[in-house]
Amino acid sequence: MIPAAFDYEAPATVEEALGILSSAGDREVKLLAGGQSLLPVLRLRMAAPELVVDLGRIPELRGVRDDGDAVVIGAMTTHDDVTREPLVRQHALLLAEAARTVADPQVRHRGTFGGSLAHADPAGDMPAPALALDAEMVLAGPSGRRTVPAEEFFQDLLTTALNENELLAEIRVPKHTGWGAHYEKFNRVAQAWSIVAVAAAVRVEAGVIAQAKVALTNMGVVPIRAHRVEQALVGREANAEAIRDAAGLAADGTSPMSDGNADEDYRRHLATVLTGRAVLAAAGV
Amino acid sequence: MTAVDETTTTEREFGKARRRKEDARLITGRTRWTDNITLPGMLHLAMVRSPLAHARVTAVDASAARRSPGVIGVWSGPELPGSAVGMPCAWPITPDMKSPTHPAIAQDTVRFAGEIVAVVAARSAAEARDAVDLVQVEYEQLPVVLDMEAALAEGAPLVHPDLGTNENATWIFDSAAAGSGGDVEEAIRAARDDPDGIVIERRYRQQRLIPAFMEPRSIVMDPTGEQLTLWSSTQVPHFVRIFMALVTGTPESKIRVIAPDVGGGFGGKLQFTPEEVVTFLVGRRLRKPVKYTETRTESMLAGHQGRDQIQKLTLTARRDGTVTGLKVELLCDMGAYLGLVTPGIPILGAFMYNAIYKFPAYKFVCTNVFTNTTWTDAYRGAGRPEATFAIERLMDTLAAELGRDPLELREQNWIKHDEFPFTTVATMVYDSGNYEAATTRAKQLFGYDELRREQAERRARQDPVQLGIGVSTFTEMCGLAPSRVLGALSYVGGGWENAHVRMLPTGKVEVVTGTSPHGQGHETAWSQIVADKLGVPFEDVEVLHGDTAISVRGLDTYGSRSLPVGGIALAMAADKVVEKAKVIAAHLLEANADDLEFSGGSFTVRGTDKGVPIQQVAFAAFDAHNLPDGVEPGIDADATYDPVNFSFPHGTHLCAVEVDTETGRPTIRKYVCVDDVGRALNPLIVEGQVHGGVTQGIAQALFEEARHDEVGTLTTATFVDYLVPSAPDLPTYTTERTETPSTDNQLGVKGVGEAGTIASTPAVVNAVVDALRPWGVDDIEMPLTPQRVWRAVQGGGVEATTIQDGEA
Repeated sequence: MIPAAFDYEAPATVEEALGILSSAGDREVKLLAGGQSLLPVLRLRMAAPELVVDLGRIPELRGVRDDGDAVVIGAMTTHDDVTREPLVRQHALLLAEAARTVADPQVRHRGTFGGSLAHADPAGDMPAPALALDAEMVLAGPSGRRTVPAEEFFQDLLTTALNENELLAEIRVPKHTGWGAHYEKFNRVAQAWSIVAVAAAVRVEAGVIAQAKVALTNMGVVPIRAHRVEQALVGREANAEAIRDAAGLAADGTSPMSDGNADEDYRRHLATVLTGRAVLAAAGV
Repeated sequence: MTAVDETTTTEREFGKARRRKEDARLITGRTRWTDNITLPGMLHLAMVRSPLAHARVTAVDASAARRSPGVIGVWSGPELPGSAVGMPCAWPITPDMKSPTHPAIAQDTVRFAGEIVAVVAARSAAEARDAVDLVQVEYEQLPVVLDMEAALAEGAPLVHPDLGTNENATWIFDSAAAGSGGDVEEAIRAARDDPDGIVIERRYRQQRLIPAFMEPRSIVMDPTGEQLTLWSSTQVPHFVRIFMALVTGTPESKIRVIAPDVGGGFGGKLQFTPEEVVTFLVGRRLRKPVKYTETRTESMLAGHQGRDQIQKLTLTARRDGTVTGLKVELLCDMGAYLGLVTPGIPILGAFMYNAIYKFPAYKFVCTNVFTNTTWTDAYRGAGRPEATFAIERLMDTLAAELGRDPLELREQNWIKHDEFPFTTVATMVYDSGNYEAATTRAKQLFGYDELRREQAERRARQDPVQLGIGVSTFTEMCGLAPSRVLGALSYVGGGWENAHVRMLPTGKVEVVTGTSPHGQGHETAWSQIVADKLGVPFEDVEVLHGDTAISVRGLDTYGSRSLPVGGIALAMAADKVVEKAKVIAAHLLEANADDLEFSGGSFTVRGTDKGVPIQQVAFAAFDAHNLPDGVEPGIDADATYDPVNFSFPHGTHLCAVEVDTETGRPTIRKYVCVDDVGRALNPLIVEGQVHGGVTQGIAQALFEEARHDEVGTLTTATFVDYLVPSAPDLPTYTTERTETPSTDNQLGVKGVGEAGTIASTPAVVNAVVDALRPWGVDDIEMPLTPQRVWRAVQGGGVEATTIQDGEA
């Protein structure tokens, strides 16, 4: 399990990192965040970049701050930190709940929130919750920063709005203070990828669902927002029957794959069951 | 002479749950794993492997690889002399068995994906790996055959055209022919004709598994000096030495094989491998030390795999629940080649399908088949898990058919504790056991009756989460093996074990064992045996193993043999040390040897306070100043033990599984096992073996499966796709033991290494099926993935198989 030879840079600032990307020319470059997806791929020689730029020594990419109506999470913040960070738990609980389910403790201490989003694996656990909470990706590039909503960030299988000369700097998550949240993950063993998972956040007022946000993991090449479920939930009483009714729409408009773990029809079925469970848990029913 | 010093008396070690003294170095890795060994001037090897399952190799162009930095050489099969010689199979199960040639490197044809096509030697492992990508191999694809039934069909592509068939051998045991029971065909006819008879026919699939040992296989070869030294991460250094001599034409006396600390095997390192031969040949050719360490994916592709059987079973019984006959017809996948004991693996199960039950008629027919897949061979349990699965699934099925409690039905048919020793319909003599005691205790610990009540309640209220209870009252045969029996089964080799005990001048003890531990804790356990026998402190005993220059005679570790065979050899050797020491002690004490007693490490003259500790005797034997006439200096001793019988551990395993009928997910809620492995030398080690074993069996039931695509590519070649469970996926086990000593050896011990794996798989599957019986589910193919369980709930699972009821 020896990767092909590559050059290695470990910049200390975002500016320095962007400089390296700009001067890379035609060379194939990979950004290294926590390395939990990239290193296995390199070791299996499924990728052989010429240059690896390690973002692990850039302090400004780590940490969580309060920015008025949003919580801003540095891209290099680890899953474990996302799980524990009080600001996240208070205002974006869904992210903490999802990060808690990622693989095992070792992976959660190395793997990063931004790395998971930028990798955009359809079975990765962080894209769907970010999408559900209408997170915005702040991309740093040679001409400054631009903000891309999650809905536009995830473009295709392992493909995002990031250009080759850009990096994901931070993620702005609108505050969902007081929302209930749950990430319902279905996999075969603890360290395995999700077969299907559902991210749900709801705000219940006087027993009625006032707002609902639901997104699906691994039901297509990108995370999918279950808008029809959300619409069906809003205004309904927060009870099991109403929620199950709405959850029945979860697989509409999805295009899941068949693989060794699950066929397409089974994934569709799981999406409805898991959506019901996720929303029930999020609503505290 | 001194009076006996009270402080030299040691506490009894047998039965003490000691922590393992080898663990600190094994867990921290500060030890000699093979890959940790670095020799001056050592070169590194990497293998070029076939991506195709069946192809003619038309050209190997290594010119670019040879020019690559650090590369010393690249050899295809025809370019490396000696690589065409076939790998050995030590178990020709029938006189007409078809044995294909298995070259260490493919000469002109590859027959499974992962087979070695060429080897690269370079100054560093990275350079060797880089050069592999530069070797251009041209293949002409040949048709593949992957399925056993397709392989036996007329006109199937042949894995080995020179054999003219894909059938390796057919092996039969028939109780009517053996005189140990009736004619099973007669029993089936009778059951069909009898309105009171039941015939249950089932077809089960044992999926293919990969022995996922923690340490990948690694080999270092050093040609420096008079002996060629090979370090290998193997279970069987003594086998490797003999077969390396035979395969490479090197005198056995010129080869030294060392298995240093080895990180697990589970049967997967009970092998003599092409990688070992290739490493040996390259080192010998270059006259430089060389190392080869496989990657995890290479391990999964090319290390031998396990199980992979199709089982066709016919059980007959009467309506009162009495079993009357059992017929077993197997197809067993050899893969593309035969390993050391590949064809014999199903035969290790042949004597176990009747299990603990009193079948009056029994027949076993197995047909071994070649396919274009990785070769198979031993994997923890080897033949016996398959047998136990089949019979325990059938007994549950019979109970369901009769509406009887599965434990009560089993008890009706099993051998009662006062019937031992018991000769079975498969000719085995079970020395001892107490199935009633283990079952009674297991039921108590499990809360069997309460869980049955809860199951009924969940059924009544149509709870989406249903509860199932699975039973496995297993036995197995282990402690391989009486040499005479192996001979009768045409196995090439014996089943004895050797030990050597020497007392050093300072009173410390060195033990040399022919067993070859790879995680079992022999250093601790063997020290406990010797500390008791010689009355020396546990800490004073050192256990040496795994080096053919030190452990000169041995047959290594597999088949739960180390304690019931190797441990007995050790006990016998220690007894001999005491006997030798007694003669010298008598001389020193000026007493008659018959008047001496030995206990707590000292010889005393009966009825006096005169005594001498064994350490002092050891020194007297060393300086030899004052020995009786005609007595050789030294009290060291050897012993070789050939067991008189197999060992038959047993136990009752009960498993409660919650099945989520909405998602299909099975979750084990409770797992209780009461095992009887005879007397437990170290209960903590026994506990560890049971935990690990049960986990490996559960893994077969629920998680693990080696899968190939339609062209024969292994699609589960990493741990992302080959799912090995870890602690969060498993329940806390409740384990206890009953102790029915073996009557066949002086320590009363039985094997424990495989028991958990053999027992647990059917307990789990029985539980899931039990939960879903109201849905008409009778079987679900392993592993029981959530999707398969969900489909079974939907009615789209395995088709209901025939249940025939005589006239009824």
